[in-house]
Amino acid sequence: MKVLVPIKRVIDYNVKVRVKADNSNVDLANVKMAINPFCEIAVEEAVRLKEAGIATEVIAVSIGNKSCQEQLRTALALGADRAIQIETDENLDSINVAKLLQKIVEEEQPQLVILGKQSIDSDNNQTGQMLAALTGMAQGTFASAVNVDGDKVNVTREVDSGLQTIALTLPAIVTTDLRLNEPRYASLPNIMKAKRKPLDVKSAADFGIDLTARTNLIKVTPPAQRKAGIIVESIDELVEKLKNEAKVIS
Amino acid sequence: MSILVFAEHDNSELKSDTLKTVAAAQAIGGDIHLLVAGHNCQAVAEAASKVNGVSKVLVADNAAYEHQLAENVSLLVTELAADYSHILATALTTGKNFMPRVAALLDVAQISDIIAVESSDTFVRPIYAGNAIATVQSLDSKKVITVRSTGFDAVATDGNAEIVAVDKVTDAGISSHVNDELSVSERPDLGAASIVISGGRGMQNGENFKLLEGIADKLGAAIGASRAAVDAGFVPNDMQVGQTGKIVAPDLYIAVGISGAIQHLAGMKDSKVIVAINKDAEAPIFQVADYGLVADLFDALPELESKL
Ligand SMILES: Cc1cc2nc3c(=O)[nH]c(=O)nc-3n(C[C@H](O)[C@H](O)[C@H](O)COP(=O)(O)OP(=O)(O)OC[C@H]3O[C@@H](n4cnc5c(N)ncnc54)[C@H](O)[C@@H]3O)c2cc1C
Ligand SMILES: Nc1ncnc2c1ncn2[C@@H]1O[C@H](COP(=O)(O)O)[C@@H](O)[C@H]1O
Repeated sequence: MKVLVPIKRVIDYNVKVRVKADNSNVDLANVKMAINPFCEIAVEEAVRLKEAGIATEVIAVSIGNKSCQEQLRTALALGADRAIQIETDENLDSINVAKLLQKIVEEEQPQLVILGKQSIDSDNNQTGQMLAALTGMAQGTFASAVNVDGDKVNVTREVDSGLQTIALTLPAIVTTDLRLNEPRYASLPNIMKAKRKPLDVKSAADFGIDLTARTNLIKVTPPAQRKAGIIVESIDELVEKLKNEAKVIS
Repeated sequence: MSILVFAEHDNSELKSDTLKTVAAAQAIGGDIHLLVAGHNCQAVAEAASKVNGVSKVLVADNAAYEHQLAENVSLLVTELAADYSHILATALTTGKNFMPRVAALLDVAQISDIIAVESSDTFVRPIYAGNAIATVQSLDSKKVITVRSTGFDAVATDGNAEIVAVDKVTDAGISSHVNDELSVSERPDLGAASIVISGGRGMQNGENFKLLEGIADKLGAAIGASRAAVDAGFVPNDMQVGQTGKIVAPDLYIAVGISGAIQHLAGMKDSKVIVAINKDAEAPIFQVADYGLVADLFDALPELESKL
């Protein structure tokens, strides 16, 4: 079966982003970019399914400007077979990302689409669920285990109260949580090989979808700063402060 | 304007987060209805009818909703959506799971994790792990919104709304529940506790979390953890606090053996008072702590327990 893995280029998770002085957005100039960590886990899971003989082909897809080809090459180096870039300069709402992905699903007919649960920039946590709705597929979100079993997939999900396992009829959508797997590092030979793997470029405008923005970003501000705290010298001092100054314990 | 709020529950109890999501609905303004979708969930419906500001409780009691599978619940909510301008759910794992499906079925965007309401179409939400705060206007006619409960104060529960049964049954038939492995704890819920004490990689193993338990017992606190502690298998995943775990804002948050990575801070830096115990004076957690103690946790915790 084919597995489709949508991946997103985002700020590196170690970088603390700054807000622009004019409050129009965050400042991404000269910031280190990377594949969204949850997407990296998605690629790893797809590649493992291929190594286990369950998946036959792994296709990575990214929607963005030309620079996201870098992350697609990373996915190819990690073991994806081919890649598709859907070119756009817009920062699309998740609903519009999902509509473009729906077209790719229609073209490629994957049995499984594995996405990250959340982009670490927008923190939206929407696209996988939206794609599932648009394609009429079942979804297993926040997955910590994925087991394909005939025409079904069992997905163990991380939920507020613990773990929940559900069974989905294939084709289906999975979104990854952090503990699903630990992604491998791309080896140098694989990075070289990835350069020769096919990477198709399509224009978002060619899909004939209305991609009008549904949201308007009015402003972006820095979070409230906490006032500087103090270092206490002992447990006695700590307990005294919590009782009498902060008044949070009695 | 009419607002539909999805009630969080486990078929027996209404989760207190719902009271905060109703507060968000009140900030938008309009007639507020609560939807209880579940199975054998009459007790939840009764509790929901007492939530202030709610005029009607819709109860969809059917086996198809027992586990609140996204495929089934999203169809139900989409069918009900015609009557509402806004649909709200708490940004917990149930709401995060089915709400984007509702948005897509209605062909609208979703505004995730709002922490404040500016007007009926403009909302405030953290992005980039809370390192930036965005004010976003929805241009869609219907708004689909998830609410971060730490942003709102719970409404009271001395109301008396009418309870109405919903007979629609929407079963997509493409997913089924297999089993749950639920963590059982006598302690208060992480999201609802007024005091939280969390352990990180510095705890070294799961056994050592006992050092936190004694203190939690004395303070009536919930116990949380960093991702590193969860990843290392010290404690289960539902204890993770952070950008991609639970978001908490208790009166007192005590971080023990936690370095203070941005992803962890994203889940707790809105706590009223933060205490950090770490042996490394340079740990970034001290930058957000009101009270920092530079100490070895294995000395500090037993002493703290004895002095409470
Ligand atoms: C996509 C993504 C999402 C993430 N989401 C989350 C999230 O939701 N929540 C989260 O927490 N993390 C998250 N992380 C992980 C995060 O980046 C950090 O790796 C993690 O928070 C570190 O946990 P820690 O502070 O326990 O461990 P460490 O960073 O290893 O810190 C351990 C601390 O313990 C101290 N210590 C050690 N021994 C002692 C002792 N005896 N006494 C006192 N102090 C001691 C050390 O000085 C150190 O500061 C995420 C990462 C990624 C990539
Ligand atoms: N521009 C994009 N291109 C490809 N995949 C995307 C894009 N945006 C989001 N996704 C996928 O959707 C997941 C969830 O993103 P989000 O809904 O934005 O939090 C990501 O982890 C990706 O797998």
